Amino acid sequence: MSHRESGIGNRESGGNREQGTGNRGSGVRHGVLRGGRVLDPSQQIDSKGDLILADGKVESFETAAGASYGDDYEVIDCSGLVVAPGFIDVHCHLREPGREDVETIATGARAAAVGGFTAVCAMPNTQPVTDNQAAVGFVLRQGQAANAARVHPIGAISLGQEGKSLAEFGEMVGAGAVAVSDDGRPVASAHLMRTALEYARTFGIPVADHCEEPTLAAGGAMNEGIVSARLGLKGIPSEAEEIMVIRDILLARRTGGHVHLCHMSTKGSIELIRWGKERGIRVTAEACPHHLSLTEDAVDGYNTNAKMNPPLRTAEDVEAVRDAVRDGTIDLVATDHAPHHYDEKEREFADAPNGIVGLETALAVVNTWLVKPGIIDLTTLVDRMSVSPATTFNLPGGSLRRGSVADVTVFDATREWTVDPAKFVSKGRNSPYGGYSLYGRVMCTIVGGKIVHRATG
Amino acid sequence: MTTPLGKDLLALEPLTPEQIRLILDTAEPFKEISERAIKKVPALRGSTIVNLFFEASTRTRVSFEFAEKRLSADTVNVAASGSSVSKGETLVDTARNLEAMRIDMVVIRHSASGAAQFLAERIESNVINAGDGTHEHPTQGLLDLLTLRDRFGTLEGRRICICGDVLHSRVARSNIWGLKKMGAVVGVCGPRSLLPNAIAELGVEVFDRIEAAIEWAEALNVLRLQLERMQAGYIPSLREYNRVFGVTRERLERAPRDLLILHPGPMNRGVEIDSDVADGPHSVILEQVTNGVAVRMAVLYLLAGGAPELADAAKGGSDR
Repeated sequence: MSHRESGIGNRESGGNREQGTGNRGSGVRHGVLRGGRVLDPSQQIDSKGDLILADGKVESFETAAGASYGDDYEVIDCSGLVVAPGFIDVHCHLREPGREDVETIATGARAAAVGGFTAVCAMPNTQPVTDNQAAVGFVLRQGQAANAARVHPIGAISLGQEGKSLAEFGEMVGAGAVAVSDDGRPVASAHLMRTALEYARTFGIPVADHCEEPTLAAGGAMNEGIVSARLGLKGIPSEAEEIMVIRDILLARRTGGHVHLCHMSTKGSIELIRWGKERGIRVTAEACPHHLSLTEDAVDGYNTNAKMNPPLRTAEDVEAVRDAVRDGTIDLVATDHAPHHYDEKEREFADAPNGIVGLETALAVVNTWLVKPGIIDLTTLVDRMSVSPATTFNLPGGSLRRGSVADVTVFDATREWTVDPAKFVSKGRNSPYGGYSLYGRVMCTIVGGKIVHRATG
Repeated sequence: MTTPLGKDLLALEPLTPEQIRLILDTAEPFKEISERAIKKVPALRGSTIVNLFFEASTRTRVSFEFAEKRLSADTVNVAASGSSVSKGETLVDTARNLEAMRIDMVVIRHSASGAAQFLAERIESNVINAGDGTHEHPTQGLLDLLTLRDRFGTLEGRRICICGDVLHSRVARSNIWGLKKMGAVVGVCGPRSLLPNAIAELGVEVFDRIEAAIEWAEALNVLRLQLERMQAGYIPSLREYNRVFGVTRERLERAPRDLLILHPGPMNRGVEIDSDVADGPHSVILEQVTNGVAVRMAVLYLLAGGAPELADAAKGGSDR
């Protein structure tokens, strides 16, 4: 690996305060991120300068070169790096409570920090399900104790995610939930979905749906198409997603509720979302890095690390979803980080669980497959990974405006690295990107003015 | 050891036409062994082979076992029930335990597509796929090819139609790949609910009516209709299936030529095929069964590192 001049990720050249604190997680009352390319789509800023943080907030942005700072300022050299509002992942599975063997809130929050995420939203499909205020409070407390990325709980739509009766949205929001979702499962009942959208309006939270028509998708292990026909695996047709996408959009129109569509994967879904947005319906949507980079061909050879739900689709779908990230039809990128135990993935394809880890590769995947080929620019990447998630889910962060929380991600957009799942901070190793050479490395993650991650290599 | 087939036989899709031809050519001299009074040659003496069957099978398991025994291998049959598999042991643990007993080959039948490949990637022994889920059943495909080649001389340009539940059929997939690689023109015919949605992308002709398929084809490979398919709602009834898609004598009599009739078995007489067709003069169903042993002997022999040109000699003398 090449030797770098930058203070971040280069401990050998340290020694003075300007070369970084070297003290992971230490409090920085006053900090200067010096000389980076500050990129904040929330203020249309893209210029070189110094970002000054104080007392856990953004204090100012100075474009004058060569400013000097007093001894009480810790200066981090960011030359050659991008300084952006911290990334926010509105969709991840941290497995606690219930499956602490595959991930805990602490390991997930640390993996998030490594991936440049200053906040993540934890899906409620835990064991037991996060469907009440006490459970929401538990997730929140574990997140705070992790001392890494912020963890925002998402509460269940229905009790036990059984799709029958509504969970107590009001109490969950009171305890810190930022949205509701039965993710992992679709809301099969259109009536329940309608009620959820109506009821959520009181609390101003989005209802995030995992769009899957259960009878069409039943037993499916991958996208239905030529590869499933060849491999002899039961397919999940695009229509299983699209039918629920249009149902949800129509229900949002009826109710005025905010529906957020999780992990969109098909060209048809994109067309339907576009249709809804053109009519002013309150629909937002996310796409995952894997649906922007890989196709169903990755399943060939029965690769269980390419098994997820919704499944990897065709090249035509990938192209449509990429295009939707560019034009904003897809509001934001979310990881759907889903760690699984090695043994669970090490089995017959049809029996292996769905999902892959994504927190530590998200930036690099989006950067490699969308920014590098010129489909989107870095400003759009930062918007879809930070600004838009914050506004869509009404979360702190997503801006470097004066007075905003000092949640900042510093990354090197050109740095090439090879993915080695064995080195993940997450407990999960189930990534389809093992061995891939990707571009874009997070160098420093700051949450509330505190450094929670610094690259060491 | 690198053999002309590689370490395993998992599917016909990745094989070259030359590899398929090699297996068929190697099978030819082995046919004769089964006609002898003493049906045994020493080619695989000292080899241990495990027939690991996670799904019930009579025909395929017996055929493999005869092939192994006629080549003098030592064989053990492991059925899923009554083994540690039923105690929740994983496939990979089962296989590793068997391998720890120093075996040479595993013949595996499993209900999950990809199970044979999964196993092959994790153990040193040669793995032969005896049917994995709805993926492939390569030795069945090979014996079908051998049977058709015996009758037609060559498969080049011959029109073969696969009839029935292609969606759930591993036999269909192995046939499609094998036939196409040998230069045949492949058709499929069945209710669309039992054909893969993307079937045309596999490079086959699709017939919605069995009458049209019969008019077009020179041979029909009639697939078994699993009774579960009706319960799962893919077709309304077996009765209607027979009326619309059944291969009957009346339909065949209207054909412009005599058609060879193949069926991988076991047959549902009166459902996908009528008895007077199955037992009729153009049925080669029992030839398929006979050829199955020879083809499996050829695969075992080649994977064990046997030299193709010595297959004849390996029999321990021949009058051919």
